[in-house]
Amino acid sequence: MNDTNSTVTRRGLRNLTRGEAAQTNLMLAVVCVVVLVAMAMLRPSMFLSSYNFESMAFFMPELGILSIAMMIAMLTGGIDLSIVGVANLAGITAGTLFATMAGDGGTGALGLGPVTLGVVAALLVGMAAGLLNGFLISVLKITPILATLGTGQVFIGLCLVLTGGPAIVGFPSGWNAIGNGKLLGIPVPLIIFALICIALSVLLARTSFGLRLKLIGTNPKAAVYAGIKRGEMIFYSYMLTGGLAAMAGILLSARTNAAKSDYGASYLLQAVLIAVLGGTNPAGGRGNVLGVALALISLTLLSSGFQMMRVSNHLIDFIWGGVLIAVIALNSWRSWKRT
Amino acid sequence: MKFMRSSDAIILAILVVAMVFIGLVNPAFWQMSNLFSLLKENVVIGIMALGVLLVMISGGIDVSFTAFAVAGMYLTVRVMVALDYNGLVLPFMSAILIGGLLGLMNAGIIHRFKMIPLIVTLGTASVVRGLVLGLVGTSNVNINKMPDALVAFGKADLVTLERANGSTYGLTAMIAIYLGLALALHLVLKYTMIGRSVYAYGADPEAAKRVGFSTGRTMMFVYVTAGALAGFSGLLHSSMIWLANPRDFVGLELDVIAAVVLGGASIFGGRGTVLGTVLGVFILVMIQNSLILMGIDTTWQRIVVGAMLIAAVTVTALRDRRALV
Repeated sequence: MNDTNSTVTRRGLRNLTRGEAAQTNLMLAVVCVVVLVAMAMLRPSMFLSSYNFESMAFFMPELGILSIAMMIAMLTGGIDLSIVGVANLAGITAGTLFATMAGDGGTGALGLGPVTLGVVAALLVGMAAGLLNGFLISVLKITPILATLGTGQVFIGLCLVLTGGPAIVGFPSGWNAIGNGKLLGIPVPLIIFALICIALSVLLARTSFGLRLKLIGTNPKAAVYAGIKRGEMIFYSYMLTGGLAAMAGILLSARTNAAKSDYGASYLLQAVLIAVLGGTNPAGGRGNVLGVALALISLTLLSSGFQMMRVSNHLIDFIWGGVLIAVIALNSWRSWKRT
Repeated sequence: MKFMRSSDAIILAILVVAMVFIGLVNPAFWQMSNLFSLLKENVVIGIMALGVLLVMISGGIDVSFTAFAVAGMYLTVRVMVALDYNGLVLPFMSAILIGGLLGLMNAGIIHRFKMIPLIVTLGTASVVRGLVLGLVGTSNVNINKMPDALVAFGKADLVTLERANGSTYGLTAMIAIYLGLALALHLVLKYTMIGRSVYAYGADPEAAKRVGFSTGRTMMFVYVTAGALAGFSGLLHSSMIWLANPRDFVGLELDVIAAVVLGGASIFGGRGTVLGTVLGVFILVMIQNSLILMGIDTTWQRIVVGAMLIAAVTVTALRDRRALV
């Protein structure tokens, strides 16, 4: 029994360590464990408390979904700088919708129907935003950086116009359950995140759609000669990114019971960092969901650990930036070693 | 008559049309005091834009310059306050040096690791802002503590006029510094080998290398100059508003990049002129500041800037596509 178990593990490990993406993932898993052990030794009572892990499980999914959205945009060699704007716009749209539907009765009384409608509206806003990005990038041939920088401003601007500046507060209780509830003892945001991870893993690794997306990033010319409709694929990829960003916005507004034009501004850099750290090539062609999830977990552990050691938030920003540059250096060193 | 067919001429035409239009909506636009304050608004954004222009001609993009401006400004002012130093030349040199060194860091990482400038500068911006706010402090240096020499310098006017009620207003002397820097950059880009190498590198890095340009030196020139301009503009800004705020310039990156793109520079590199950028900055500042004059709510400002950026990049994308055929 023991023997078979160990051979299975060994074979499993061998499969895991094969290929470059697998190596990155293994390294990230090691980092996760190292950070976990180090923090557990430095601050055992606080870090290992169930409260700490639970709070991480509630706020990690937003950033995780945004990071996956960023990865999708990077697969085709693009980038989406408008994701935070899209997320906030989705939350604010839903909030405005609820306020209109509830009238004077207060949004707390709204039932399942209006909440579902809000979710659909938020996701539609995200996909429409992605459609606009896709149009600018694929039809007008604007570089993704500038196109999404511009649309990001427009989305934040729309948030400001819709709210007039201050935050929208008071969402229906059904909406808040998405961000704060538990199902069978597991936080709902974590369940949503896990489902998205599984769905996108399958989409990217097991379908021709995922393969075509990556091909566009690897070699755009070859992809066109192989009969892939580049423009159409870019539309789909940015719509997917926009939809995911809207999902993150739903979680954010549901967890905080509020929506504002400048919530989560620091998520943009962190999403880029997690995507790159998770083995995504910003030049396109490479990226996998597992890597992004592992990078997310290790960085969340790291920043929660630093917060417990009373390191100021500004210095944590410094560390995030420093890690991003270190990862760039490491990736460059690895590709230099390969050649 | 070569000028008439250039993109600069088109931008100038757009500027004139916009000015006439705003003036028709609200004639107050043409008041001397409004024009003077518009020009004053141009100075800091304009100097930053010169740096961004340089980076964009080289085919890169820089979002770290606002963090560098804060570093140059805040570190210098804090040291001045701590030492009770009240000079002008040394502080500006220090701000320029801080910006330049940080630019060197950008150049080193981008050149050495061959990494996309956007991602590198996102990282260095976060590093620099985090360090300044985390280690140096988050509190403003207010007018009562600001070194007198800096405040007096920022107050200097070229021309002073009197309003009907007896109060005076003037055209800031800083505009001369801005235009002087713009002229210097124009000459360097046009007539020196290092300036031409920036265009060559931006148009085609491989070709530039084969012709014999040292790409490392070009990158260093581009990012160090951009950093130095940022550091200088940061301290100049604080001297003009009599305040050193370490949280300043957040989100200004986009406005500056928008202005440079509006001025006809291409993000693909190899294209862009100082004159275009100066005009682009003026258009952006003018439209932002005239929304109130035109009776538009200020919450619309970001939508207008975003839409202007999209419009400008669309036009340049169409232009560049035509140029390829």
